[in-house]
Amino acid sequence: MLQQAFNGLVGGAFYALLALGLAVIFGMLGVVNFAHGAFYMLGAFGSYVLLDSFGVNFWIALPLVPLVLGVTGVAVERLFIRRLAPLDPLYNFLFTFGLALILQDLVKRQYGVQSQPYPRPSALNGSIDLGLFTYPAYQVFVLAVSLVVCGAVWFVLARTRVGMIVRASTERPELTRALGIDVARWVTPVFGFGIALAGFAGVLAAPMRAVNPLMGADLIVTVFAVVVIGGLGSVFGSVAAGFAVGLVSALGNYYVPSLSQTLVFILMAAVLLWRPAGLFGREEATL
Amino acid sequence: MKLLGRSAALATAGALLAGCGAGGPGGGGGKISDDKIVLAVLTDQSGVYADLSGENAVRAVEMAVADFKKKYGDKAVAKEIEVVSADHQNKPEIANTKARELYDRQQADMIVDVPTSSAALAVANVAKGKKRVFISVGAATTALTGEQCNKYTFHYGYNSYMLAHGTGTALTKSGSENWYLVYPDYAFGQDMEKTFSESIKAAGGTVVKSDPTPFPNDNFSTFLLKAPNLDPKPDVIGAMQAGGDLVNLVKQYNEYKLRDKGVGLAVGLMFITDIHSLGSKALEGTRFTDFWYWNQDDDNRAWADRFNKETGARPTAVHAGDYSAALQYLEAVQRAGTDASDPVVKELEGHKVNDMFTSTGTIRAEDHLLVHDSYLAEVKPESEVAEPWDYEKIVDTIPAAEAFQPADPACKL
Repeated sequence: MLQQAFNGLVGGAFYALLALGLAVIFGMLGVVNFAHGAFYMLGAFGSYVLLDSFGVNFWIALPLVPLVLGVTGVAVERLFIRRLAPLDPLYNFLFTFGLALILQDLVKRQYGVQSQPYPRPSALNGSIDLGLFTYPAYQVFVLAVSLVVCGAVWFVLARTRVGMIVRASTERPELTRALGIDVARWVTPVFGFGIALAGFAGVLAAPMRAVNPLMGADLIVTVFAVVVIGGLGSVFGSVAAGFAVGLVSALGNYYVPSLSQTLVFILMAAVLLWRPAGLFGREEATL
Repeated sequence: MKLLGRSAALATAGALLAGCGAGGPGGGGGKISDDKIVLAVLTDQSGVYADLSGENAVRAVEMAVADFKKKYGDKAVAKEIEVVSADHQNKPEIANTKARELYDRQQADMIVDVPTSSAALAVANVAKGKKRVFISVGAATTALTGEQCNKYTFHYGYNSYMLAHGTGTALTKSGSENWYLVYPDYAFGQDMEKTFSESIKAAGGTVVKSDPTPFPNDNFSTFLLKAPNLDPKPDVIGAMQAGGDLVNLVKQYNEYKLRDKGVGLAVGLMFITDIHSLGSKALEGTRFTDFWYWNQDDDNRAWADRFNKETGARPTAVHAGDYSAALQYLEAVQRAGTDASDPVVKELEGHKVNDMFTSTGTIRAEDHLLVHDSYLAEVKPESEVAEPWDYEKIVDTIPAAEAFQPADPACKL
């Protein structure tokens, strides 16, 4: 039972990392990024290509792939998102949706639809005795790393000057600008950072999940539900909801497998009835 | 109405152009319509089945045409044999439209391959209406030769009964009596769960529990961890997942070291391309039913080498089945001396198939199912893998009569 709960948390770690990026991007840019799942997929494929074609191992891929994807994200924001921002939000929605399809198809063209093999890093091959039960070391690592990353993001946003500016420009862009802070300057790096987080989750997923072009598309629907449950734009809410949804689906799989697919959306509906802005959301996006 | 009018006009134009008045498809003739035979490969060119059939299925059919021409040379019934292809994207409505186009506009005499059960059933329906031949190789559903069978449709290769019966029966009899079934919650998975349960029970085994899983799904850990704690403890997990879902499941099965805990793994449907993407190490010892393996004997290997030269990959059992289906169709045309459907169907019915694909095949006249030996295969441990793609060990042969179900009385041709 405890082991099942732990399982849910590991699954939740991926939801949390992806939802966190989505929430930051939505908070800052007001863009619902439908390409997020595709960048998660590119993260996994990036580490596969590095290993397969260049012999670069997991530990180097872990910082390198998110970095490259972050830079790509910056370019995407500069070239497209920025130009579409003044228009109806629908344009950005269509753009990111189209981008996701294009990225998926490009990968499909190059690597086919079969999943690509990616081994676990040898240092994390064994199991760890957690006292009550033993658990695969890699899964423990994933959980720990994602908690650290989520914690770090929260710390930066809540406690540092950069975080203050980001929060201020999300909540009161006009006022922040009036205080002499260049809000627009922060939009691009925040978008890049969100994409890098998705790529990071993808690299983490490569050794334990099927690496194929559809892996992001399959996951993203649940992640959107997570963001909505947590409250759109709420960083803390996204992370908490990510782990909560992981737990709920693990327990759902255990007790009522036939319902497990719908359980997340039942939860979402229930939360929205009770708190229309999500668990931690307010009328305006907050922390 | 409009569409019908146009296709009728096209058919007439085709017949006039050929100047032989074959009387259109289905007419007796004794000649080749429009002076050529057209084989159409309707397949999945970009979706989840693109690797196990897809572009390489077209290559396999082209190889059959080349072999046929080589064998008969000037005595071949038609001078020109053309291979065309189309993508059905695994969607029945697209398969329906494409099949009509192939039969009408491209003058296809037969359609072959068609993975995905729902798409194959749609094509079977078109074949029935157009009275032209359809040989399904890639689809699994038994309905093609059951309640939805028809005079112009053949099922070649494998079906869900064969998979369930082969793996379920063989493993139960060899001592894996208690099963935990996990199946994706959609038509294919539900069908597989049903046939597996029946086979296991018939062989004296027990299904301890059977759980539907979300589809698609990337996290199977809950189900896997549940397995060793079930009462009684299952000897084997029967996984009915396919493609990416199967890969996820196997990766996690290994992470939780279930084999060490005494719970084996059997999969319902797996192709050599799946093993290739997981690596044989991940699947070591997994048993499944196969109906052709490229490295099983010299004949298979020689053909697989040719295929490899053309495509850069080893053929799946579906590719081999496509080759055989195309070849046997051409042979039937040769014997009939015409490509008109009715005489060709008559030639195929009851025909004994003996080629690279199978030496034990019979196309059953009652329901148009090719019955042939199938095999219980096991994934080799990495230490025994001598070369790339050399992943399978054939453990047992399931004779044709046992491998496939008896003809369904619901089928009235």
